[in-house]
Amino acid sequence: MALEKPYKDIPGTTIFDAEQSRKGYHLNQFCMSLMKAENRARFKADERAYLDEWPMTEEQKQAVLARDLNWCIHLGGNIYFLAKIGATDGKSFQQMAGSMTGMSEEEYRDMMIAGGRSIEGNRSIGEKK
Amino acid sequence: MARITASVYTSHVPAIGAALDQGKTGEPYWQKVFSGYEFSKAWLRENTPDVIFLVYNDHATAFSLEMIPTFAIGCATEFKPADEGWGPRPVPVVQGHPELAAHIAQSVIQDDFDLTIVNRMDVDHGLTVPLSLMCGQPQAWPCPVIPFAVNVVQYPAPSGRRCFNLGRAIRKAVESYDAPLKVQVWGTGGMSHQLQGPRAGLINRAFDNAFLDRLIADPAGLSQMPHIDYVREAGSEGIELVMWLIARGAMSDEFDNKAPKVAHRFYHVPASNTAVGHLILENQ
Repeated sequence: MALEKPYKDIPGTTIFDAEQSRKGYHLNQFCMSLMKAENRARFKADERAYLDEWPMTEEQKQAVLARDLNWCIHLGGNIYFLAKIGATDGKSFQQMAGSMTGMSEEEYRDMMIAGGRSIEGNRSIGEKK
Repeated sequence: MARITASVYTSHVPAIGAALDQGKTGEPYWQKVFSGYEFSKAWLRENTPDVIFLVYNDHATAFSLEMIPTFAIGCATEFKPADEGWGPRPVPVVQGHPELAAHIAQSVIQDDFDLTIVNRMDVDHGLTVPLSLMCGQPQAWPCPVIPFAVNVVQYPAPSGRRCFNLGRAIRKAVESYDAPLKVQVWGTGGMSHQLQGPRAGLINRAFDNAFLDRLIADPAGLSQMPHIDYVREAGSEGIELVMWLIARGAMSDEFDNKAPKVAHRFYHVPASNTAVGHLILENQ
């Protein structure tokens, strides 16, 4: 019997479950390596060469090079791991989160100051307008 | 014998640590966050425990995908602030309490909770930001800390019910320790927030405030709430709130029916992407 995944109907959300974790293992472990200053320096010096040291898929490497976090998450990335790329780029968590919403940095920041994204219309895909 | 005197609950947003470390606490944006902790800093100076048992989650820092313990107890003599990619936070090294930690591990494991014993780990913002919020910027933290890490990175996190029952087991363990220590249990993380995908930025004030109400008055009922409600209502990272139930389960009203005193309650939106919630409960 397949495992129940009731979270699949939440809009704009990918739950990092065992399936995603398996897909993204090497992508996330690459991110983890950026917690060492010398690795950050080597990555920044030649991103492609550094990525080629990891047994990631070509698509995962392209998603990292494009800094497309939604794409990275689709390919098994987890935000807490992906945040190491943002940190390496000198980005804040707010900049990273905002980059996935289609909003500009200012629009996202203003939305948060105004109380954040409303839950109304965002509970399930069926509810979403 | 040791006893649990109080529990503290707070969000642990990394940007709060960055604001402190970079001297931005006076900016209006951050002033609104830190104002909620002025009472708490004075309270902690008046009520400094001998040990803090600090429940938090590791954010892919000490634990990569190589090993994902559901519950991990730090038994080392000290824990260094981690380099999470921005360089380590300039905060004091955390001193542990290996004797009490080992005692709790032995007691709780024999009470059917399978803890992972960790003798070496760095601690990330999940642990150091709550200390900064409650203590400011001291040269040394005011007492030893036992780090207790809960997996909320890879689904499934432990259920609220299991966290609540674990809190009860931790209380039994502390109360059987043969030294007159005052212990606080802190539950951290949350409140509503989502850091990923097009739904990032989700905040749910009504959910958060109902969670605070029920945590105070009906924690056993609250502990029955299923995962999907946290994720749907409070965002994919709002699941961190299950950790608050560990601290709540350790309070004495679960044993003697005397409701704890609400010493302080604070709620503010936003800090970066997150709703900040904070409570201090004292055993009567």
